[in-house]
Amino acid sequence: MYGDHQFPGKLFIVEGIDGSGKSTQLSLLQQWLRREGYMVFFSEWNSSPLVKETTRRGKKKQMLTPTTFSLLHTTDLADRIERHIIPPLKAGAIVLADRYIYTAFGRDTARGVSPRWVRELYRFAVKPTIAFYFRVPLDVSLKRILSARAALKYYEAGMDLGLSDDLEESFELFQGMISRKYEEMVDEFGLRVIDATRSIEEQQNEVRAIVERELVDVPKRPMPVRTMLNFDFRED
Amino acid sequence: MENQSNNHTFEFYGEGLPGVDLSELRGRLIVIEGPDGVGRSTQVAMLKAWLESNGHAVLDTGMTRSALAGKGIKQAKAGITLGPISLTLFYATDFADRLENEMIPALRAGFIVLTDRYIYSLIARSIVRGLEPSWIKACYGLALKPDAVFYLRSNVGGLIPRVLSSPLGFDYWESGMDIHLGDDLFDSFSEYQTRMLSVFDSMIDEYGFEVIDATQPIDVIYRNLQRRIGRLLRELY
Repeated sequence: MYGDHQFPGKLFIVEGIDGSGKSTQLSLLQQWLRREGYMVFFSEWNSSPLVKETTRRGKKKQMLTPTTFSLLHTTDLADRIERHIIPPLKAGAIVLADRYIYTAFGRDTARGVSPRWVRELYRFAVKPTIAFYFRVPLDVSLKRILSARAALKYYEAGMDLGLSDDLEESFELFQGMISRKYEEMVDEFGLRVIDATRSIEEQQNEVRAIVERELVDVPKRPMPVRTMLNFDFRED
Repeated sequence: MENQSNNHTFEFYGEGLPGVDLSELRGRLIVIEGPDGVGRSTQVAMLKAWLESNGHAVLDTGMTRSALAGKGIKQAKAGITLGPISLTLFYATDFADRLENEMIPALRAGFIVLTDRYIYSLIARSIVRGLEPSWIKACYGLALKPDAVFYLRSNVGGLIPRVLSSPLGFDYWESGMDIHLGDDLFDSFSEYQTRMLSVFDSMIDEYGFEVIDATQPIDVIYRNLQRRIGRLLRELY
């Protein structure tokens, strides 16, 4: 099990409810780190093709239970960690991840899975150098999300929890539950809270200042210019 | 309640599954465990026919057959694309799907669930691949404790005839080739299965396996299992 890793690289992750602006901040952080000449690797949530297909099958047929949903996400993160997080960390890269184990803890326990069991499951996960939590009031994030997006999907809206027959209402209740789970995790995991109601620039300056302090012993190794990744981490 | 003279209640190994009322589970859970090539599936098929002829409804099930993850695991193994932790968790997903969607509904309906392997093979595979036993066991805290686990115990030499009776011969995974234990399939198979057997043996007391000597002829093993299962059902019903 990895836990507190001794690899030369650094792992920064962002967490927060949908509409907290965390992906925007991570994207800006990535661009800055690259410009500064660091070797940066970006790891997506739900990116393992193999598990993705199984998840798609489960979602399409609505055959997922809280437990199998949780285990599929764990499998996916394990694949990402074994494939896309450990090797770059060993190579001395800065690894950035949009969502990490805390997303799973929030969503899975909201679905009724035992908090102790799910924490046990993720014991293989590398401890992040810094885990940023973008804190935003629910009404603010909902306004950002619901005003400018495609229709909500079944699991994304937490319809499987049976909170409401209305997609939007279910989504709001589900997001509220996850938001409370995040607040409970701040102390438990030492999440670094960022006030996500401030301007994008103010938040980014704070994030960069925090990250910079962790980079004193990280060598700069400029990377060739490549296409940037797209950011779409909805639970669809 | 019908068929419940004894106060039989299932338990989970650990934290268990959300939303399952154990007092509703009226059936019985019987596990046949043991290494690759020991003859488990032959015994399961014979036992199923026998139990059904005695009027019991039987669900027989095995690993990587779940509607959810079975296909994905087969693909993963074909392409050898998953690392040991991911594969452990993918198997756990498959197991959880079968437990929740096949075994528990059958137990609720009063079936005898006869399963070819259970969590112990999965735990053993992961331990042999170097993962931490306490972590794997905690993952499988979602599993029900069976009414009986029959461990068909053999030695490596005893496994080889059945393996070679398949036209495919030594299997990549059953030989542990993913962890490079030998130069060829035979060497790797021997070393891998030796390690598997030693992990199985170490679980006998911990999980209360009933050990059956599987180096005996098939019909001797079968009568032994019949006798033990018959006793179990008489005690329980």
